[in-house]
Amino acid sequence: MKFLFLIWSNLKRKKLRTILTLLSVLVAFVLFSLLSALKLALAGGVVMADANRLIVRHRVSFIQPLPYAYMVRMARIPGVSAISHTTWFGGIYQDPKNQFGTFPVEPDLFLPMNPEIILPQSQKEAWLKTRTGAIVGRRLAERFKWKIGDRVPLTSPFVQSKSGGAWEFDIVGIYDGAKKTTDTSGFFFRYDYFDEARSYGTGLVGWYQVRVNDPKQAMEVAAAIDAEFANSPAETKAETEGAMFQGFAQQIGDIGTIVTAILGAVFFTILLVAGNTMAQSVRERTQELGVLKAVGFTNELVLGVVLGESLVISVLGGLAGLAFGWLVVTGLGQAGFIRQYFPLFFIPERDLIIGAVLALALGFVAGILPALQAMRLRLAEALRREG
Amino acid sequence: MSTSDGVLVRVKDVEKVFHRGSEEIHVLSGLNLEVPKGEFLALMGPSGSGKSTLLNLMGGLDRATNGTVEIGGERIDEMSDRQLAAWRARHVGLVFQFYNLLPVLTAERNVELPLLLTPLSKAERRQHVETALTAVGLNQRSRHYPRQLSGGEQQRVGIARAIITDPTILLCDEPTGDLDRKSGDEILGLLQALNREHGKTIVMVTHDPHASARAKRTVYLDKGQLFKEKPE
Repeated sequence: MKFLFLIWSNLKRKKLRTILTLLSVLVAFVLFSLLSALKLALAGGVVMADANRLIVRHRVSFIQPLPYAYMVRMARIPGVSAISHTTWFGGIYQDPKNQFGTFPVEPDLFLPMNPEIILPQSQKEAWLKTRTGAIVGRRLAERFKWKIGDRVPLTSPFVQSKSGGAWEFDIVGIYDGAKKTTDTSGFFFRYDYFDEARSYGTGLVGWYQVRVNDPKQAMEVAAAIDAEFANSPAETKAETEGAMFQGFAQQIGDIGTIVTAILGAVFFTILLVAGNTMAQSVRERTQELGVLKAVGFTNELVLGVVLGESLVISVLGGLAGLAFGWLVVTGLGQAGFIRQYFPLFFIPERDLIIGAVLALALGFVAGILPALQAMRLRLAEALRREG
Repeated sequence: MSTSDGVLVRVKDVEKVFHRGSEEIHVLSGLNLEVPKGEFLALMGPSGSGKSTLLNLMGGLDRATNGTVEIGGERIDEMSDRQLAAWRARHVGLVFQFYNLLPVLTAERNVELPLLLTPLSKAERRQHVETALTAVGLNQRSRHYPRQLSGGEQQRVGIARAIITDPTILLCDEPTGDLDRKSGDEILGLLQALNREHGKTIVMVTHDPHASARAKRTVYLDKGQLFKEKPE
């Protein structure tokens, strides 16, 4: 600790250069934060996926419905412990820009299937009693300032009601997520109300969620489900939730690889910038490093001082960048369009830790060569040299 | 710290050879020198005669090609780099021609540098720094940076840094070489006082006869050899 002032004083030697280097490190870590949040946002479903759950959809595409009657046949397949179903409704509130995830479900099947949805018991009971009842996620409720007891009219571009008008729902519950990564921007209402009131498609569902007894047998159960409905008018495609969301994300591209490639290029550039700054700083004060050795600093201590400077720049810039990035991501997360399209938009704690470790590693790699150069300086020669 | 015969520095059969490409430059050839404890020795000679090289060997800043260097009974030519660094920190005070202060540190922080290698607390280090700066008459300017001090003042800070650990020997390389006569005289007076009043052993390299006159003894170095009288 007593050498910190020496490190700090050296960093103040060329303030502009130090500030510019700090800023370049900071910008790299802001980018790291933003890309972390974006990666999570685009691959959010993979994070939310439950290893015990399969998604069973029409083999042709997600928009092709499946018969409601499949539920009974799937329940007989060994390894299946529970089934629920969902249909895409695409509810719009007041303005076409206000479209969000809206799904008709059977509450007594849906809630046990999705334990990450936390709903008070009284609100569950209210939902079961109220035919037009709907539960909404906390995030969605805050977005439209809805509260329990509100009557909400929604329209759908996909499903018309028999009356031809808007669908009316009574909000009976507001759910929270069991984890930070749980999406709380959904709107769920009763399938019986939906099925009776829609103008066509009665007896069909969008897709099924199937819980398996043992996640290790998920692939076998999926194969058995597909075999059960092979050669039928509505063949199925069963896969784990994780695989399905991964498939969605990869329609945009391999997000992980793209993000890694961008960050790799950015950090390599920053490494060159920071390394050059440190090398220049060592070259400029060869004589001073000689003085340190002359008064008794060991070679290793001189190495430590120079490496310390590199670490301070990198860690300060890195942590400031992560903090700034966190503020930006938090701010963006509140923006309407982000909330609408990316229910999960934040920097995961794991990435913050990775960022901090990366800052340390950057400081070490950028500083080690100049530090070794300083350590190996021959004392008598260093004292003779003019910078 | 001296041997039973009172000799503090014993340089024996020392050779120093530098290499410039394939060329060998013999700077010191079989040189012998003894410096008793409490001595104030001036080392004179023309440029390139090997004065600073000899000083560097005595301070453990460089290593002899052949021969032995013994300070206070310890063979410093046999020490490892790490041992030598620790030995320098304990026993050597260095004063340079161009002061060699760290421009980013205040006078007091420059003086404190050697104490960072000791187990002294921050308060104790501050106390020692104040004492050293008072001894060189600069306690009022302790918070000034080197650029805010005159050459003479910077050299005083250099001397304060050299004596802060109460070293066994002070090695001064042209300490007045960059100063005007008045400032140079003040620095020489300070060195003399350290020698007379505090018994510090001082070896001073100089070109200046005026400076060497302040020493107790002067030896001359020419073409790698030592002479008691100035060679013709």
